[in-house]
Amino acid sequence: MKNVDARGCACPEPVVMTRNALKQDPSSAVILVDNTCAVENITRFAHNSGYQVNVTKDGSEFKLTLKKQ
Amino acid sequence: MKKHLSVILTGAVIGIVALALVALGNPANMGICVACFIRDTAGALKLDSATTVQYVRPEIIGIILGSLILSLFRREFKPRGGSSPITRFILGIVVVIGALIFLGCPLRMLLRLGGGDLNALVGLVGFACGVGIGVLALNRGFSLKRAYSQSTLEGAGLPAMSIVLLVIALVFPSLLAFSTEGPGSMHAAVWASLAGGLIVGGMAQRSRFCMAGGIRDELLFKDFHLLWGSVSLLVVVVIGNLLLGKFHLGFNNQPIAHTDGVWNFLGMALVGWGSVLLGGCPLRQTVLSGEGNTDSAITVLGMLVGAALAYNFGLASSAKGVTFNGQIAVGVAALVLIAITLFNLNRKGEKA
Repeated sequence: MKNVDARGCACPEPVVMTRNALKQDPSSAVILVDNTCAVENITRFAHNSGYQVNVTKDGSEFKLTLKKQ
Repeated sequence: MKKHLSVILTGAVIGIVALALVALGNPANMGICVACFIRDTAGALKLDSATTVQYVRPEIIGIILGSLILSLFRREFKPRGGSSPITRFILGIVVVIGALIFLGCPLRMLLRLGGGDLNALVGLVGFACGVGIGVLALNRGFSLKRAYSQSTLEGAGLPAMSIVLLVIALVFPSLLAFSTEGPGSMHAAVWASLAGGLIVGGMAQRSRFCMAGGIRDELLFKDFHLLWGSVSLLVVVVIGNLLLGKFHLGFNNQPIAHTDGVWNFLGMALVGWGSVLLGGCPLRQTVLSGEGNTDSAITVLGMLVGAALAYNFGLASSAKGVTFNGQIAVGVAALVLIAITLFNLNRKGEKA
């Protein structure tokens, strides 16, 4: 499982980083982001690519866990 | 389709607002144009001396404040910044110069196309090519680096400045310059323009509507989500113009447009490329500045300065065509984009 820290990155960088992480390990990935726009974009990308997404909020940050369906 | 509803609705509403503002007095095919309206605002502030493009456009103020209000309401107002601000300022200058070579931001490009102006189709092809170059850069790790949390005051800076500008325009208009002829003299009533801007800003904040993002996400991830917004905007504007009898298909005699295809293409290519490096089109940057994104606020200020430079140095096109200085500026701007792109590629793949 790859861990990606995309906090502070402007869209679409968090999605590009997610895609690159899933290329290295297609089974799963954990992404840290700090804005809802990135959460929505990564979630949409994950669903389009056949991944399940679990989002947990920690203060102003979000942790997205992606698992291959 | 349901998940695309918000962005489709935003595109449709922007189209309707734009048609309404033209009916109420804004220039033809220019119900809302972020680049043109920032330019008119620069003129009103006397940053340049072009007498035909001077007016404090309440649409721009409305977009910033509409986004501010909705982001506060949705708890998404989040002051952040520090992601290569000077580079973004320069990108703002480049993007607005490209837009003023073509005569319109990506939003007006679709409004022009929706009015039957085929020069905008040439611009659209250029825009898509520019976005494509930006996507190549993103695939090679292009990044303007991270942004960090900022103080509330910092995030509220540009929205506060826009409120001050609105007050000056309403209460002390003699401080500003207002065109008596040309596009700057054509405008809807202040309250209609402000309301239109508030609606557009709020809806675009909610749906993340972005003209560059639509083509970018399609090329990058085969994700058509944002593109649906642009499609919906275009469909509504075409239908609206047909109903209003304002649809005139062709290249010649289009309002506030020129027919020089090469420069229409190249101008919008600069806008597409620059917008992808920035993370969004001029409208999206304006909306983000209302959410407390100071990097986008700097970009908006870059567009303001760039618009003034475009008139002071004779770079902007007019209905007569492109100027020689404008052609030189396109070359210089392309070199600037190449340099910014190459210097910000992530060569080792670190942090990815």
